Amino acid sequence: MKQTRRSFLRRSAAAATGLAAVAAALSPLRELEEGQMPDLEGFLQKHYKEMSEEEMVRALERIEARVEKDYGVRAQVSDVRAQDGVEFVYALNLSRCIGCRRCVHACVAENNQSRAPEIQYIRVLEMPRGTLDLEKGNHHYDHPTVPDDDHYYLPVQCHQCANPPCTKVCPVEATWTEPDGITVIDYDWCIGCRYCEAACPYWARRFNFTKPEIPKEEVNPRMSYLSNRPRPSGVMEKCTFCLHKTRNGELPACLEVCPVGARKFGNVLDPESEVRKILEKKRVFVLKEEANTLPRFFYYFDERYAAGGGPEPGGAPNHSLPADDVPKGSAPAGSGEHGEHGEGG
Amino acid sequence: MQSHAPPSGPATSTRPAATPESTRERWAAGAKEYGVFLFRCFRLSFVGNRTYHLWMLGLTVVALLGLNAYCKQFVSGLVTTGMTDQVSWGMYIANFTFLVGMAAAAVMLVIPVYIYKSKELHDLVIFGELLAVSSIIMCLMFVTVDLGRPDRFHHLFLRFNWPISMLTWDVLVLNGYLLLNVHICGYLIFCAYQGRKPSRLFYIPFVFLAIFWAVSIHTVTAFLYSGLVARPFWNSAVVAPRFLASAFAAGPAFLILTVQVIRRATAYQVPKQALQTLRNVVTVALTIHLFLLGSELFTEFYTDSAHAASAKYLFFGLEGFYGLVPWIWTSIAMNLTAITLLYLPGRENVTRLNVACVLMILGIWIEKGMGLIVPGFVPTPLGEIVEYTPTLNETLVCLGIWAGGLLIYTILVRVTVPVLTGELRSDRNGIPEPK
Repeated sequence: MKQTRRSFLRRSAAAATGLAAVAAALSPLRELEEGQMPDLEGFLQKHYKEMSEEEMVRALERIEARVEKDYGVRAQVSDVRAQDGVEFVYALNLSRCIGCRRCVHACVAENNQSRAPEIQYIRVLEMPRGTLDLEKGNHHYDHPTVPDDDHYYLPVQCHQCANPPCTKVCPVEATWTEPDGITVIDYDWCIGCRYCEAACPYWARRFNFTKPEIPKEEVNPRMSYLSNRPRPSGVMEKCTFCLHKTRNGELPACLEVCPVGARKFGNVLDPESEVRKILEKKRVFVLKEEANTLPRFFYYFDERYAAGGGPEPGGAPNHSLPADDVPKGSAPAGSGEHGEHGEGG
Repeated sequence: MQSHAPPSGPATSTRPAATPESTRERWAAGAKEYGVFLFRCFRLSFVGNRTYHLWMLGLTVVALLGLNAYCKQFVSGLVTTGMTDQVSWGMYIANFTFLVGMAAAAVMLVIPVYIYKSKELHDLVIFGELLAVSSIIMCLMFVTVDLGRPDRFHHLFLRFNWPISMLTWDVLVLNGYLLLNVHICGYLIFCAYQGRKPSRLFYIPFVFLAIFWAVSIHTVTAFLYSGLVARPFWNSAVVAPRFLASAFAAGPAFLILTVQVIRRATAYQVPKQALQTLRNVVTVALTIHLFLLGSELFTEFYTDSAHAASAKYLFFGLEGFYGLVPWIWTSIAMNLTAITLLYLPGRENVTRLNVACVLMILGIWIEKGMGLIVPGFVPTPLGEIVEYTPTLNETLVCLGIWAGGLLIYTILVRVTVPVLTGELRSDRNGIPEPK
């Protein structure tokens, strides 16, 4: 009897210690902020493609309330859909790019990316002349002035592939390609496995390792569901060609800010569009063509540098860098077909 | 353990020839008996000698530390880990990959027993399958802690990108394998508990299914990596065979160690011959593994294309970054020492066998993480080199999951041994005191 009581006491003490230990282990959960976990309605929110119009309205209202609470900004969140007969294409003139990175920062400002840690969709590589081997590029060049004479500049962002390796791998269909060619993410559906980040050959996807921080005065209040609304922690994000602007007939922020006119954007299905002319007339190429991703992001060089020959692998360049002497507005599109710089594609 | 109750009525070793009971009553009786069985197992898991209690206490403490670390991660996000946009998978996925291999390795005991009718391994199969069960549970935990939004786990049930995404295949095969093994061991152990012969119909088909399934789990996991055009280091057909070979070395090596612990700690007699058979399995698997590794290295370095950047970073360092070099050479040294120990004369020496097993488990573990997952991200597809170092919090989560898994495995083995030796039987009253 005594034995039993003692063992009962011992067991109770052990159980109490165990429970206390479990409670102590779980204690960090008290730091969870209000609203960090979804409420019931948020939890039950459907996939973007499955939401009815009413449900979408509710979802947009929830996002607006969330933004106001988190950032103190009254935002206008819309759901802009793709238009029929539109397929967006980007073309980037490597002869003009001077590597100033204004596009990088304009993108951050437009798309409400986290400032700390700063998330950037565009990465500009400073490339030695004579190569397209990305491993030879410098990601962290930091000269007082650009361009540097011995380099050319290669900005890379989401290539909005027609055969995207990233959407294929998503286990929950949280990312897909829209009818106008833009690959988007439903930030409320992504489970944060980062498989798409591993699958992208252009390193174009970013993950929110923590809750994004944006100063109130820097929040862009014009937002859309699929593009630049502030992202929750733990989900993927990426360039959407600023679809909240471009689907309304405007141009992407990175293009608007470019001081040398290196960036061209438009509807490739429109025969009169500038990008259509570039694709038809210029020597364009895509990055990593061997990956068969079929990018909608093209690079090209101006023809007037063709006379001197393209950069030879390993050879010493004997021409000044295109970007450093290109005045704005030169080299009209569709002038001649002698470009030789396309050999890298 | 499994939730199904076998269609057996009375708790005796012989069935009544004609049962007057209705099917419903028989099922009810079976379910009740099963409940009693689970309860006894639960109580038994707290019973043991001092070493056992210390071991379990230690594991519990580490598991709780891991839980605490995970709660911190849950609140702050994956910023608490060493992962970055450049190296976006780290220790979690590395451990996951290694443990898928451990789970698959159970099949290397099943094949000799059920296809070649090997007698000496017969009783060990159950321990292999219990290892598979624990490993898969650990795998699922590692995948869960890697998710940025574990609260959205249910999205998998609502929009499942099958068959396009290899990750959905992995979800299916891993959970399927877990169910298969839970059923097989659960059924066999419960039959032993009831003291009756298991009905072949209830487990043999599942055993053969599990053989193919075991191969599939590690193959699908390899395809997760080898199917990515963005990662030339992984984009190799030899990844899946290498995974299997290394798993068939590390898994049985772990069992060799387990079996000796069981032999020392319990009354359960493991035939000596079983160890030698396992040793042969391990030797062959490790040899094949090293051969495949050599083939991979030849292709990477003799070709010497730009695609070899990751391999160069791994083995020799790249542009002043050498983070993984000591790891991979340690791993290779461990595996080469292990294989030498296994081939040297005097192979019956058990101590030497144990040393070889420990070395190859560690060597293969390093190779999965620091040798496969991390270098796949270095350099990035845009050629940037960012190194990865796990944080303390991340390491604690990993240790916690390992401790939790070992806790589960220890309990499973702890309750299985007395069932197999006949100490824990259905027709007895109360729980026998363990020796």
